[in-house]
Amino acid sequence: MIANSSQPDRQRIVITGVGLTSPNGNHLQEFRQNLLQGVSGVVPYNIRYVGDTLAGICDYDELRYQKRKEVRRGTRAGSVGVYCAHETIRDSGIDWENQDKSRVGVYIGLTEHGNVETENEVYQLKGYDYDTTYWSHHHNPRTVANNPAGEVSLNLGITGPHYTIGAACAAGNAGLIQGAQMLRLEECDIAIGGGVSESIHTFGIFASFKSQGALAEHEDPVRASRPFDIARSGIVVAEGGCLYTLERLDDARRRGANIYGELLGYSMNSDASDFVLPNPERQAECIQQALRRAGLAAEEIDVVSTHATGTASGDQQECEALRQVFGERCENTFFNNTKSYIGHAMGAAGALELAGNLTAFEDGICHPTINVDELDTVCDLAGLVLNEPRELGNVRYILNNSFGMLGINSVVIIGKF
Amino acid sequence: MTLAEIREEIIDILHDIAPDEDLSELKDDVDFREQLELDSMDFLDIVMELRKRHRVQIPEEDYGELASMHRTVTYLEPLLKDVARVS
Repeated sequence: MIANSSQPDRQRIVITGVGLTSPNGNHLQEFRQNLLQGVSGVVPYNIRYVGDTLAGICDYDELRYQKRKEVRRGTRAGSVGVYCAHETIRDSGIDWENQDKSRVGVYIGLTEHGNVETENEVYQLKGYDYDTTYWSHHHNPRTVANNPAGEVSLNLGITGPHYTIGAACAAGNAGLIQGAQMLRLEECDIAIGGGVSESIHTFGIFASFKSQGALAEHEDPVRASRPFDIARSGIVVAEGGCLYTLERLDDARRRGANIYGELLGYSMNSDASDFVLPNPERQAECIQQALRRAGLAAEEIDVVSTHATGTASGDQQECEALRQVFGERCENTFFNNTKSYIGHAMGAAGALELAGNLTAFEDGICHPTINVDELDTVCDLAGLVLNEPRELGNVRYILNNSFGMLGINSVVIIGKF
Repeated sequence: MTLAEIREEIIDILHDIAPDEDLSELKDDVDFREQLELDSMDFLDIVMELRKRHRVQIPEEDYGELASMHRTVTYLEPLLKDVARVS
């Protein structure tokens, strides 16, 4: 696949809408403003069994697009998805009322799904001495793996394909990539693609990270998520969502759509080496493949949105991969990290972090990684933007990394249009 | 519970499972489905809530008895007559 401007417009994929909720913003402009002003979304949080911890929590209005009954019947991931889907469609300016809904596809990336509902049911069942006649009939429709995408289709009357993409923490990019692929295959005319996360509502994810020694702790919540800092203590779990409206360029042009950027290249590959430890060689290969497909050299990338989560191993391995690709020659490439503001939004992370950078095409600014008091020397990349935004001028290309457990890697490259 | 208390209990359950509905003018002799947006999952919610709150087991063949408020209260009266309403 070669995804650059030498392709016919029918094969070129552009972003024409963005809908998101993040712990520090419920639409793109608010999110961007808070990234440029260093506003965190991490707050104290308490969850059963684990107790007091920290999390990135969203405060979007869940009744804006759903009835109370829909919220009650569905899942948090579904609710996040519905909110983001409405927002992205509204932002795209598509004449939704007259849109053929059978030609719309919904492709939502997930790190995990079903843990929240299963934990809640087991917790309640304990009160009935584990008599399974008290187990909810809502359990299956809430926990099927397509649930968040299915709730979007139900709410919006979308009769085209809907499904989720299970891709650990590479899922946000994976949803976007899936949408682009389906557009190229003419499976749909509009793709709603990205990722969502409800992960702060499962105690298991906190407990598991804690057992792994990878759950962040800090007396000041906004200082807890600190990728690249020597004093990092691990991951801050976050919820959120970001769904893009994707269209083929000829369709977008025909309706005079506002175009945020073009998907120039992407890549997904596998480490095939460890359940949890990343593999910098495979990550570097993934980045290089995305560059090749975009027809770009590494030094042409202006902004690299890193995946780094605030664990020593993950941060250092990604920096090693970036060093392999970008070396010392890319003096005009700058690296940032959005998790330092909002924590790790799991299935939404890749999509949200790309969105946080997307506006750089307009304002020419690279938002910084915050909370870096003392840089881990292993992570000392030449172009790291730390603590203060950096004016870059004309930003043309953004590369977005998103990696996950079981060795799943994803990279997308978006070009200014 | 008296018949009036059973009715109150059902209204309380309906508030939970159909939170967007105005129940103030619910007609007891008219089927729920003709007045409210309820589907089969909602009726299962009524059954489950009665089970959870009062340990009342309603066999599947009796689900039709929950079609309207009047029929529901009549059906539940012998099952709940020795149960005190909580709240």
